[in-house]
Amino acid sequence: MPQGMQLGDTKAAEIKAISIGKSFGAFHALKDLSLDIKRGEFLTLLGPSGSGKTTFLMILAGFLAPTSGKLVMDGKDITSVPAEDRSYGMVFQGYALFPHLTVEQNIAFPLKVRRRSAADIKRRVGEMVERVGLVGHEKKLPAKLSGGQQQRVALARALAFEPSVLLLDEPFSALDKNLREMMQEEAKRLHQETGTTFVFVTHDQSEALALSSRVAIFNHGELLQVGKPQEVYERPTNRFVAEFLGEINLLPLDTVQLDGERASGRFEEQTIVVNKSAILAGRAAVAAVRPEHMVITTDGRDANCNAITCRVEGATYLGASTKYHLRTRMGTSLAVSMPTATTQPMPPDTDVWVSWPVHQGFLLPNGS
Amino acid sequence: MSKSATSRKILLLAPLLLFLGLAYVVPFLGVVRWSFTLPETGLGQYVAVFTDPLVQSVFIRTLRICLIVTATSLITAYAIAYVWVRGNSLQRALAEFCILVPFWISVLTRAFGWLAMLSNRGLINTWLQSAGIISEPLALARNEFGVIIGMTHFLIPFAVFPIASAMRSIDERVLLAARGMGSSRTRTFWTVFVPLTYGGLIGAALIVFVFALGFFVTPAILGGGRSVMVAELVYLRIFQSPDWGLGAAISVVLVLFIGILLALLRRFIKPAHMVG
Repeated sequence: MPQGMQLGDTKAAEIKAISIGKSFGAFHALKDLSLDIKRGEFLTLLGPSGSGKTTFLMILAGFLAPTSGKLVMDGKDITSVPAEDRSYGMVFQGYALFPHLTVEQNIAFPLKVRRRSAADIKRRVGEMVERVGLVGHEKKLPAKLSGGQQQRVALARALAFEPSVLLLDEPFSALDKNLREMMQEEAKRLHQETGTTFVFVTHDQSEALALSSRVAIFNHGELLQVGKPQEVYERPTNRFVAEFLGEINLLPLDTVQLDGERASGRFEEQTIVVNKSAILAGRAAVAAVRPEHMVITTDGRDANCNAITCRVEGATYLGASTKYHLRTRMGTSLAVSMPTATTQPMPPDTDVWVSWPVHQGFLLPNGS
Repeated sequence: MSKSATSRKILLLAPLLLFLGLAYVVPFLGVVRWSFTLPETGLGQYVAVFTDPLVQSVFIRTLRICLIVTATSLITAYAIAYVWVRGNSLQRALAEFCILVPFWISVLTRAFGWLAMLSNRGLINTWLQSAGIISEPLALARNEFGVIIGMTHFLIPFAVFPIASAMRSIDERVLLAARGMGSSRTRTFWTVFVPLTYGGLIGAALIVFVFALGFFVTPAILGGGRSVMVAELVYLRIFQSPDWGLGAAISVVLVLFIGILLALLRRFIKPAHMVG
């Protein structure tokens, strides 16, 4: 690599992806995708398998060349810079540890490649081993470690050379739930401690919401929405995002009318009021409400709430919460999640009111 | 698993065990007996194996040729296996062709083929002479050089399989990880790819070396009697200068040597690693 091309080794980088496209023959894995990755953020690429999120990560890493578009890092065009010259840390699904090297040799690998002095390597490896809690395992081969420990080695190895960007490809998907949550905390802590830009790929929406400063949702090779976890969860701009991030009740409205900051429409002969959004007036749309934002009551109505009458069909006990399955008078099914501890159990066939504050509902375009 | 199920599985091996017993073990016991009884009872033939300068020189030559052949076969096989495992579809088909074709042609045919190429009036020398590059033919056959070429050619496919199987089991992501950490392709090859194929290399080396120790046809034809290896020496002692006792003792020493070699290497690598 020519001198002067050295890409920042210690400070976090920002990357602009501009109109990136990637085709494999007739298959378009990515379509005209633009995304700004901010300096030091924890960005999660979320989507179902085949959505293009991993392809995008591989393009960021330099393992795949985009068919069109370019990548700019800290103002420099890096589209054609090969992977080995980008200086990114990378954690793979399945860890990809070197099976023939011990824990400390694995962590030392990127430092040796960078021709650090032996003393420097020893100090840095010791530091990383301690940071990920693997003291005492330094001389072991990866095969002798548990899944969680291997994951820690992978993280330590990827962060040892203080990369400007850390790319993580579904790193925790093979771990069981408890270990997974522990490693998520660990990743969050390492992100705060190192200040490096993290780009994290997952198909698990709760993982994305728990970890990220921003979430980018992919589907069919397109970037559908980017935003803070709360934004994308509570104000999705399309139905795919709304449904992918968690269960949601969809109430079809005919003819939406705007009224100041609010919008309203007719659902089964009742008026539903929601927050205003970019949906144009006079068109059919869908009002969307998350199950945990709705409450079930046996009586009244509140001025600031929407309320519809329903019949309880059944309940699923989920520990902390209980999910009620209900049906409106005209047959639309709804799900409402209530905290188990503070809710009176409601037997099937009870007639109830389902209500929710106006500001918790939002509009989504009809159709897609 | 119940005991009877285990013993029933052993039954599946019975035909092979029976064949090996009747065709190899029993006759070999006869050979062992000759080595102690011909021409007279005693250890005389074993003393000869370890003191006779001719036998000594043949053993040393055999070891030298086998070591060189192991090295040349492994290097060539590594390159072929690499193309076979990691090449594009055309390269893979070509590699497969190179590996499989030798299996279809008898060892005798191939030895004579090499003789036609390498002998003093063979293709190579004729071309070089008619092109005026050399005036006297090069000594390419009827010596160790010819033997090494012929044996290497025969043994490459046997080395390719364990090496290719080791290469196939390498996780592609491990190689990507190395490159992602800044390691060049060359460095990744030498520090990650090659070390991960050591198991296959050791297995291939063992197979080739042991196979080469007992080679008879190729050295007999391409060595032209001037580069006699152990197996040919045994043949000569039994069929030409009736000295069955010495021939038998050489055979026993060779078998013991191979047995010790296999036992030693078995301690270091699992058989599964050798053949994948």
